[in-house]
Amino acid sequence: MIAAGSAETARAFIEIGGVVLILAFLGRMAGRLGISAVPFYLLAGLAVGDGGIFNLDLTEDFISMTAEIGVLLLLLALGLEYDQDELRDGLRTGIRPGLFDMVANATPGVAFGLLLGWTPLAAVLLGGVTWVSSSGIVSKVLFELDRLGFRETPSVLNILVIEDLAMAVYLPVVAALVIGGTLAGTTLAVAVALTAVFVILLGALRYGNHLTAMLAGGSNENLLLSVFGLTLLVAGLAQSIEVSGAIGAFLVGLALTGQVGERAMELITPLRDLFAATFFLFFAFRIDPSDLLSALVPGLALAVVSVATKLATGWYAAGRAGVGARGRVRAGTALVARGEFSIVIAALGTTLLNGPDLEALAATYVLILAIVGPIAARVADKIPLPAVLVKRATSAHRGAVPVPTP
Amino acid sequence: MAGMPIVRETKLPGVGVRQEFTTHDGTVVGVLGHHDGRADVLVYDRDDPDRCTSMLHLDEDDMRTLGTLLGASQITESIGAVQQQIEGLWFEWVELTPESPASGATIADGQYRTRTGVSIVAVIRGTSTVPAPEPLFEFAAGDTVVAVGTRSGLAALRSLLRP
Repeated sequence: MIAAGSAETARAFIEIGGVVLILAFLGRMAGRLGISAVPFYLLAGLAVGDGGIFNLDLTEDFISMTAEIGVLLLLLALGLEYDQDELRDGLRTGIRPGLFDMVANATPGVAFGLLLGWTPLAAVLLGGVTWVSSSGIVSKVLFELDRLGFRETPSVLNILVIEDLAMAVYLPVVAALVIGGTLAGTTLAVAVALTAVFVILLGALRYGNHLTAMLAGGSNENLLLSVFGLTLLVAGLAQSIEVSGAIGAFLVGLALTGQVGERAMELITPLRDLFAATFFLFFAFRIDPSDLLSALVPGLALAVVSVATKLATGWYAAGRAGVGARGRVRAGTALVARGEFSIVIAALGTTLLNGPDLEALAATYVLILAIVGPIAARVADKIPLPAVLVKRATSAHRGAVPVPTP
Repeated sequence: MAGMPIVRETKLPGVGVRQEFTTHDGTVVGVLGHHDGRADVLVYDRDDPDRCTSMLHLDEDDMRTLGTLLGASQITESIGAVQQQIEGLWFEWVELTPESPASGATIADGQYRTRTGVSIVAVIRGTSTVPAPEPLFEFAAGDTVVAVGTRSGLAALRSLLRP
């Protein structure tokens, strides 16, 4: 079959090549406009998917598999991002802002889902969609706007760490609930999921160093193959006991640290970009554009509420670190963007009764906030603030921990 | 280290560590050390003390150059410990001060391996090096202790040697 040149293969190549080129073109446009490529990929998916401008049916299986791998690589990269000390620190200091973040941002989603008359589970998934900021977009925006040194930035990054960790629990639990069944069966599935996460997390934290040391020696090619293979293997094993495979991938990322982690990140990034782009494409691919239109009004309403709740989260989190009013507003605006995680969560609900509505609403919502978020962060310093707030902020001082000099 | 101001340290998960101090003329200056070895030099705004008015992005060569221009020897001295990671293993150099409880004591006295899990692999004294020192090796002020272990173990060792 390889290079056999059958007419079907030829058509498949043309379809895949065409779609990837469209993604490349859209990505470039997004880069030029200074916004995330995710909404563009979603738009491309809408255009080529069910009910869109033209249909790709020949390669749907291939694209769906690629999309699944895309989710795994997104989470692997997320796990690689942090080292274990950072996670422990994050857990120690970030619990309160993290809880505030969850309550403030997930509640509107859940309430909205219930108002729309969805099943409680679909509403909980919508709560997940509105809860998590896009760590991809947020960290990119902070970097591009040169805000890494700003004093509110650690608070923003801590929120992202807590959200990512919370996902390690949320995703498998929700995945178990989606599979459903009897009450006893579901309870068992949730218990299995939590135990598996706990065991893998503990293993990753305790034996991560050994794994890292084992992979340290080889060439880049060897490391790439090892990490890719290990990720798929762990994800597959997790999936086979009905624990979300994405979490397996996340925990593999956590287990790899130090220079090996950095090298793995470098090697995995291009693969992740390719596969993740396909994931966003495929997600939108299954959405009927007419559903999207009917989701526009609720999507906009939810987006408006979500901007407000993330502003409140940033205000609270940065305030705890002693940051002034200006910085607290910057922290809030930086957190507004939703993206890859919201889509990953919505994709879990695909088999539910309200699945199509949920996916359409999530797509609209992410389309709006992935664009609004970076813009909001950019104009944060131009938002007029009452003079009282600004004045109080400059006199109140500072949250950094003093370190005695040697 | 008379006259050296307090250095405040903040961790940025996924990015690195930011250290900052206030200069004698009242400007807050920070250095953001990235995990990948690069660093940013930050100068904070006086009106909005949370934002930086300027940011210098330095790669490792730039850092060395700037360090040399500022007098790197003073910097190494005041940092006192250099840490380096090689494939999952952490190395650390700790210079002993006369006040250090280890100065004049033997390695066995300190029970460092039992207490911190790290191994002391060498001691640098003046221009000579003692590789794999015996348990009865006696430290002297000015020795540089080279140790290998986990990051937390090395931190524990450092606090034992330079409390």
